[in-house]
Amino acid sequence: MESVTPILEFKKTCVSYTKQTMAVKYVSAAIERNTITAIMGPSGCGKSTLLRAVNLMHNLYPNIRVDGEILLNGENILAMEPIDVRRRVGMVFQRPAPFPTMSIYDNVLSGFVLNGIKLSKVEKDATVERCLRSVALWDEVKDVLNKKGTFLSGGQQQRLCIARALAMKPDVLLMDEPTSALDPIATKHIEELLLELQKEVTILIVTHNMGQAKRISSKSMFMYLGELVEYGDTETVFSKPSDERTKAYLTGKMG
Amino acid sequence: MNDKIYKVILFIAALIMPIVCGGVVYALVTDAYEAFEHFGFFKFLTSSEWSYTEGAEQYGALPFITGTLMTTLLALIFCIPFSLPVALFVGEYFKGTRVAAVLSTVTDLLAGIPSIIYGLWGFYTLRPLIMALNISPQGSGVLTASLVLAIMIVPYAASLSAEFIKMVPNDLKEGAYSLGATRAEVVRKVIFPVAGSGIFSSYILAIGRALGETMTVTMLIGNTNNIPDSITSTGNSMASIIANQFGEADGLRLSSLIAIGFILFLITALINMIGKIMIKRARIA
Amino acid sequence: MTKLKIKNRLAQDRLMLWSVCLFAALTAVPLLAILGEVLLRGYDQLSWSFFTEPTPTAYKAMKAIEAGAPIPGGIANGIIGTMIMLGMAVVVAVPSGILCGAYLAENPKNRFAQVVSYLTDLLQGTPSVIIGIITYIWVVVPMKGYSAIAGSVALCIMMLPLIIRSTEETLKILPASLKEAGLALGGNKARVMMKVQLPAAFGGIFTGVLLAISRVIGETAPLMFTALGCSFIRFAVDKPISAVPLLIWEFFNDPNLQELIWGASLFLLLFVLTLNLLSKYLAKKWNQ
Repeated sequence: MESVTPILEFKKTCVSYTKQTMAVKYVSAAIERNTITAIMGPSGCGKSTLLRAVNLMHNLYPNIRVDGEILLNGENILAMEPIDVRRRVGMVFQRPAPFPTMSIYDNVLSGFVLNGIKLSKVEKDATVERCLRSVALWDEVKDVLNKKGTFLSGGQQQRLCIARALAMKPDVLLMDEPTSALDPIATKHIEELLLELQKEVTILIVTHNMGQAKRISSKSMFMYLGELVEYGDTETVFSKPSDERTKAYLTGKMG
Repeated sequence: MNDKIYKVILFIAALIMPIVCGGVVYALVTDAYEAFEHFGFFKFLTSSEWSYTEGAEQYGALPFITGTLMTTLLALIFCIPFSLPVALFVGEYFKGTRVAAVLSTVTDLLAGIPSIIYGLWGFYTLRPLIMALNISPQGSGVLTASLVLAIMIVPYAASLSAEFIKMVPNDLKEGAYSLGATRAEVVRKVIFPVAGSGIFSSYILAIGRALGETMTVTMLIGNTNNIPDSITSTGNSMASIIANQFGEADGLRLSSLIAIGFILFLITALINMIGKIMIKRARIA
Repeated sequence: MTKLKIKNRLAQDRLMLWSVCLFAALTAVPLLAILGEVLLRGYDQLSWSFFTEPTPTAYKAMKAIEAGAPIPGGIANGIIGTMIMLGMAVVVAVPSGILCGAYLAENPKNRFAQVVSYLTDLLQGTPSVIIGIITYIWVVVPMKGYSAIAGSVALCIMMLPLIIRSTEETLKILPASLKEAGLALGGNKARVMMKVQLPAAFGGIFTGVLLAISRVIGETAPLMFTALGCSFIRFAVDKPISAVPLLIWEFFNDPNLQELIWGASLFLLLFVLTLNLLSKYLAKKWNQ
């Protein structure tokens, strides 16, 4: 049988903020295409740090070192141009932050504007509609597309940010606790949305909410003190964790 | 001391400001009155005559208003290519680093140099240079004054702009990077639009500084009482005509000089007020 | 997305970085040029007598130039005049400025305080030449003559807004708990202000005063219409008096005295910049 290249693969990935301390230690894991993979762990375990390594956010801060390899479709992204990688790997952050000087319409297209890509009016309209539809925002905002993105509610803003990332047609979408700043109803909307979205994009989501991981992900990672302690099918990880530390975390004895 | 007396003492101290400012306006208006009455307020603003032959005295503020506006505008244009990079250097590219602190100290020191020393430097270094480059035969003039004025206002524009550039939320910048933008693109398409109104207001305040700058302009503008017909010709600003002639003037001429001072006061007060209001708005947003 | 396009964008990015660095570095050029010129040209004029002797008359200077000798005399009259006027200005401006600043910090929402705050900005933005005119009208005309008093009034008016602002800002950033703790211990407001808040704010206010001094010490225009200048050492406060920046202006305008410009400028520049750096250093130290 032919072996399939995983869409994303960590190979002994390390991230260090200073020479002495390593925030992520020798993580190796392969992510399957069109799945949702949840990364869990107590705060400070390095889960966000690992996620941010994937679209080279660490390159923005000269003191942070990333070692090992991270393969995107078999290519090591650590050796690639950050701006090229980031276009192929979208990211959604904790707090929704649409660009306050741009309209909803322009926010969706902001990736093209920032990358200096010119689109025709027809392409623009089509992209905006497609992306806003895929985040289930189209019906709510189609009449106010020229309003500033900051007029929307928190949940709507976060969906706008997801649309903004989707517009670039990324291979992988990274989400760093995307619902931690939202109320329960908005959170539910986003979770439903992610389940739909995994058909078009591979999602890697950091969450501190075990229920969320259980509800939406098919694969789960558990990290502790920078190490990848456990990685497997979500169901297995939750029902029969193989490591004591995972068990302790899941039963609330830790974190 | 009980609270009542304490409150009264503080209140009396605070009364100084209305008294001083009221006094400033009152003194300027009463002493400028003679000139305004003699020539008419509007006529005084638009007349370009300045002659003190006894019996046929004619004074108008237009050449000096023009001189002030020209020097200020030119200084602003010359200052932007330097103050904006300084603001980006301190507020974005090297934010929080040692080099940024060194550059801030350099601009602080530039702001601290007395204007008479700027004037000397302009006169003995820049003026010969302008003559050598054949830009203008006499060396002094609107251009020379504006160049030095530009250096003087760089620190004001830069430090305030840097403050607003620093305030652009990291969330927005990371959001833009995550979409594949380069730093230059983040600066142009995220930082400038978001910090734009703040940066703009810092230039308004820099204009406020340049309008009233006296000694530098007096030493470099050439001191002729005509409307400058090009940027290399000589002229006088409102502040420089006062510095030049106040000591020797009396009667109608003194009143005319004070009237020019009153106009200058109004213009700077207006510009500063606009700048402050804009800054307040930019800080809240 | 073509490789070429990415290369282009990265090149633009680098160009931006380098131009930011280049133009930012260029702003240091005028500072170095001014410091260098004043240092090189003023250095050999500095001597003991430069600080102890008054300005020579134009005639004496002319004689010295004809004989090929260095110009005799110094700037003692200017230094003493500056110190006298500055001293008088500080004595009035510092306490009243601090009290006014305390008023603003204590009544942040009060309508009158807002007016005072606005007027402080107004005065701070008023060109110094206008302060000169005002002091001329207020003091020189009624006293029927130029005087050290008039000069110090001008300096005082220019220092006031700076001191008010620094006092207000320093008091406002003190933790509210400090004031509350003082009040809880039974102190009345005045006592808490005098014994707790002002001492805690001392660092900030002190650096504010230093900065205010460094701002006004080089002011020339307002002194031209108030103190006028004087060629000998004088301590009387009701007579015209000299000041260092006034001397520089005189030297600039008198061809016979031009050699003295640079020594006087070097002295003024070093004094101002030292005060500036000192206040910055102290502010940093007190903030820790």
